Formats: sequence, C-alpha cells, structure tokens
Amino acid sequence: MPVLTPDMVRSTGNSWSDVRSSALARASAAPFPTTDLEHWRYSRIDELDLARFVPTDTPSTITGGGSDAVVTHVPASAATADASLARLFPAADELELFAALNLAHMDVIVVSVPANKVVAEPIVVTHRLAGAGQAFFPRLIVEAGRNSEVTVVERFVSADDDVLLAVPALDVRADQAARVRYLGINELGTSSWLIGEQLSTGQRDSDTLLATVALGGDYARVSTAARLTGQGGNTRQVALYFAGGEQMHDFRTLQEHVSPRTTSDLLFKGAVQDTAKSVYTGLIKIHKDAKGSAAFQTNRNLTLSHGAWAESVPNLDIETNDVKCSHASTVGPIDEDQLFYLESRGVRPDVAQRLVVLGFFDEVLAQLPVGELATSLRAQVSRKLAIGDAS
Amino acid sequence: MSTLEIRELTAEVAGKPILNGIDLTISSGEVHAVMGPNGAGKSTLSAVVMGKPGYKVTGGQVLLDGVDILKLPTWERAVAGLHLVMQYPTEVPGVMLDAVLGEALRDRGRADDVARLDSMLRSEAARINFDEKFLERALNVDLSGGEKKRNETLQLAVLKPKIVILDELDSGLDVDALRDCARRVMDATREDNLGALVITHYSKLLEELRPSRVHILVKGRIVESGGPELADVLERDGYAAFSSGVESDDVSGDYLAGL
Repeated sequence: MPVLTPDMVRSTGNSWSDVRSSALARASAAPFPTTDLEHWRYSRIDELDLARFVPTDTPSTITGGGSDAVVTHVPASAATADASLARLFPAADELELFAALNLAHMDVIVVSVPANKVVAEPIVVTHRLAGAGQAFFPRLIVEAGRNSEVTVVERFVSADDDVLLAVPALDVRADQAARVRYLGINELGTSSWLIGEQLSTGQRDSDTLLATVALGGDYARVSTAARLTGQGGNTRQVALYFAGGEQMHDFRTLQEHVSPRTTSDLLFKGAVQDTAKSVYTGLIKIHKDAKGSAAFQTNRNLTLSHGAWAESVPNLDIETNDVKCSHASTVGPIDEDQLFYLESRGVRPDVAQRLVVLGFFDEVLAQLPVGELATSLRAQVSRKLAIGDAS
Repeated sequence: MSTLEIRELTAEVAGKPILNGIDLTISSGEVHAVMGPNGAGKSTLSAVVMGKPGYKVTGGQVLLDGVDILKLPTWERAVAGLHLVMQYPTEVPGVMLDAVLGEALRDRGRADDVARLDSMLRSEAARINFDEKFLERALNVDLSGGEKKRNETLQLAVLKPKIVILDELDSGLDVDALRDCARRVMDATREDNLGALVITHYSKLLEELRPSRVHILVKGRIVESGGPELADVLERDGYAAFSSGVESDDVSGDYLAGL
C-alpha cells in the first residue's frame, strides 16, 4: 500500500525544513501497520489507502486564554517559522508511520505558559476540516512552565459527507508542579478518519488531565501515552466515547510510571449502538525505579444493540513490588435491574434506557475540565441515542 | 376506590414453582400484611405483581380495578396506580431522582406536579427526615440502608399510587428510619386513601404499620388469614405451626419439587 510520497508534499520546506525532510524520509521508510501487530489489532487500518489523500493546511481557529499564554500558530505552508521552536519536535528516526507523517506535514500550534502563570480562561483550538481527499496534520504542543496552570480544548469538526483524514498529534509538557488540563472533542462527520497520537510528560509534582469525548468519525483512533518522569507527578485520563451507525472508535492508552511516587488514574466509558464498534486497550507500565507509585485503570462499555461490538483489553507491566495497581473492565448491555427500577416508577422503557445511558456517562462528564462544555456534550450524546426520544 | 385482586396466582422462577395459587384482595385505605418465613415466596409475589424480568406467571390473574395488569408492561402497571417499594432498591449511577420522577409524572399526565416537583420533593423530604442533600445524589448511590428506604418512601409520597406493595420495608433500617417511613405510609392510607400490602417476615414492623388483615404465606400459598391478632399468634407460635398443615395437605409432586 502506497504512503504519501515526497512529491506529494507541498513546497513547504521553508518552515523547519530539516525536521520535515527527515520526518518525510522516515515516513517513507516506516512500515505500514497491519492488524497482526498488537497495537493495531482489531483496528481498521487495512482499509486505509493513504494515496487517496493529499496533505493540506489545517484550518484552525484559536480563542480564549487572555494574555497570560503565548500562542504561536505556524501553518504547514508558512514560509518561515521560529527556529527556536524546533527544540519541541521529536527525532524522526524512531517514529512510527503516522507520527512521522504528522511531523513531516504538521501545522504547529504552540501554547506556552510562563512559570507561575495561571491562565484562567480556557484556550479553545478548533479545527474545521473540509474537503474530500484532504489530509490534515495538526500538532498541538502545550508547554506549561513551572507551577503554571492552563486548560486547552481541542475540537475536531467536519461535515458528514467529506471523506477526509486527520492525523493529529498532541504533545503536553508539564514542568515541575504545573497543572495542565486538556480536552479533545471529536465531532467529526461520519466519513472522516482520525488517527491521532497523544503524549504527555509530567515532571515532578505536576498534575495533568487528558480528557476525550469522541462522538464522530468513521474510524477514529487515538493512541495516548501519559508519562510520569518526575517524582510525585500525577496524571488522570478520562474518556467518553459513543459510536453509532457503522462508526468505530479505537483507543490505546499507556500509563507509564518512570519515577517514584507517581500516580495515574484512568476512566474510559464507551457505548456502541447499531452496528458500531469500539476497542479499548490499555497498559499500565511501572518501571523499576517507580517505587511507591499507584495506577488505576477502569474501562466500561455498554453494548446498546445486538449488532454492536466492543472489545476491552487491560494490561499490566510492573517491574517493582512496591506499587498499588488495579484495573477493571466490563462489556455488556444495560443493567436489567436498573431498567426495572426505573420502569417500576412508571418510566417508559425507552426513556429509562436513555436515562441509564446518560447516567452511565455522567461520571466522565462530571470530570471534564470545562463544565459548560459538559452540558452541551451531554445534549449531543442525548441526541445521538437511537432509543427513547424523551419529551 | 380501588381494588387489587390477586386470583389463583401461580408463578415459577427458573422452572421452579414458587407461588402455588395466591388469593388476596386489598382495597383503598386498607393495610394488609403478608407474613411468611424465608423462601415462602414473599419477594416473588411482589416481583411478579410488578412484572420483574426472570419470573414466569403460570396461571391466575392480578386485577387492578378489574383490569388484568399481568398483560401490561411494568411501566404501565405503575402508571395504572401500582407501586413497589423494593427491599433492596437498585443503585442507578448518574440518574437523578428528579429526572426519574419528572418522567414518571409526565407519563401519568400530571404536568402540574412536574412543575412543582422540586417543592414537593423538599416538603416530603422534610416530612420523613430525609436530608435534602440526598436529593442531589444519583438514585440510591452512596445512601445507607435507612436513607434508601426513606428515598423509596419519598417516591411513594410523590407518585401517590392507588396500591403499594412494601417488600420488607424493615430490612436494613434503623428504628428512627423505620418509624419515619411507616408513619408516612400510614398517613397516605388516610390522606390519599392508599391501599398498602406489607410484606414482612417479622411482626415488629406491624407495630408501626398497623394492618387490618394479616395473611400467612407458606410455600407459595396463603395458609391462614385473619385480623391483626394473627400476627401475635405467629409471634408466639412461630411459622412451624402453619407450615405443617401445608405439607400434609399438598401431595402434588411438582409442588414438592419446588421446595
């Protein structure tokens, strides 16, 4: 299967041309993934033909944040870019295909928060993607200085008709005692593909929240690695995903404890209806030196119709004894006793189901970093539910 | 004036007969107690009348004002005026009391009550010493046994059914909560003409919920009915005095297999 080739790249070599060209070389050399690989098992990667897509600038708008954060936006086609930002890019030689493709074609948004600054107002980055056959490669870097605080929301939006591809990258860097809250919202149309990579790195005593709400896409996959590289760091990951029709949501998570006394907590809750599918696979990895750490992982899935399918695969890889770890995973229909309880009060069965599903997701919605968004996202979930249109 | 009439009701669970012909009639304003030992079929009776999945009716009728409710889905039985206060109320994470009662009242066509639901909840909560903070919690989540039963009683008071079945109201309940809940039910029998079927295995409850009739359920059948004094006989003699009669009366192989 062909990948995006060098001649398909626009003449954009001017911005960080060295970074882009080495990434492009890596992308050409990297093997195309197959479902034989554990990381891509159950995925729909074999349906993807990269040759059908042409890279283009990502139309992004950025609002909020006030004057306390420095936001830099460099589109892929920009002639020049700040060379000093090149320090924020990974080395290309070890990257997997999609990470390399992003680096080669990236539109870069850097949110930099100086030390000790608290950015009170959330920064909202919205990518409005459009155009059949277009491929988008946004890279959002959140650089939070010592003891700073920031909330960033990233929205992916497209129309239902456009067969397009988004390959976003997220890079969160929380310096010592920094507090970073991120919320990614997938509101893509039902023909869009998304293959995203997220990395967060937390230094000593930092606190990061990576939240996801996925409602859109044809096939939407996000792979997240939350690394704790400084003592006492904490990271939390929460996700709400709800696929209908023939959609598929695919999540791969890694909670990686490198340093002592680090804590991580993950709660992913999903639902599938119609003939939709979802996959969750999560790994807790605790390195030998990460003594006194605690890691928790919970994945719960509701299958709302017989044709829907959800897979949940939790894994542990622990190299020290001095840890507290737990994982839990469930896949199944709505609890019959809960439905009976509501129906015995006189609630119609379809409305009862709707209440139970929305209640199931409330645990995640309550933890989203921007409360007002939670209300509208709850309404979107409610509209998408094929059952019980409540009065 | 409403009447719930249970006629010749038989039911099984997983192929085992549990109810072997129940006859009971209860009308508005009355309190009847159904007492029986563990395994007599008390909870099955309440589950079958309300239509809980997993229970199979094999014969008989349950008529509410002449309509056979066994043909109705659970929610329609509730809308028709039947209510079940559960022994172990189910936890429903993320689902709030006012959302459920709002839908339940809407289905009953009580738009005025939907509009004033919040004030109804607050005044009813005060009446049974149910802390208002619990109104903000998801249904039965993080509630103690006593709070769960107060929550059940609160719903009963707001929904105002014609007939309620109280399944072991006293289990998991301290003395204060039991008194608060029982008194509210008794008040409803006077104020709203509620008919109450009180299922219990323990006569202590009947000091607060005073029945006019007591029925003794043993092995899926009412073996004795009488006035409130029957509870005292039971207290003194135990269930054994009533059980022995059944076994000698009944020679059905099927019936014995269900024991």
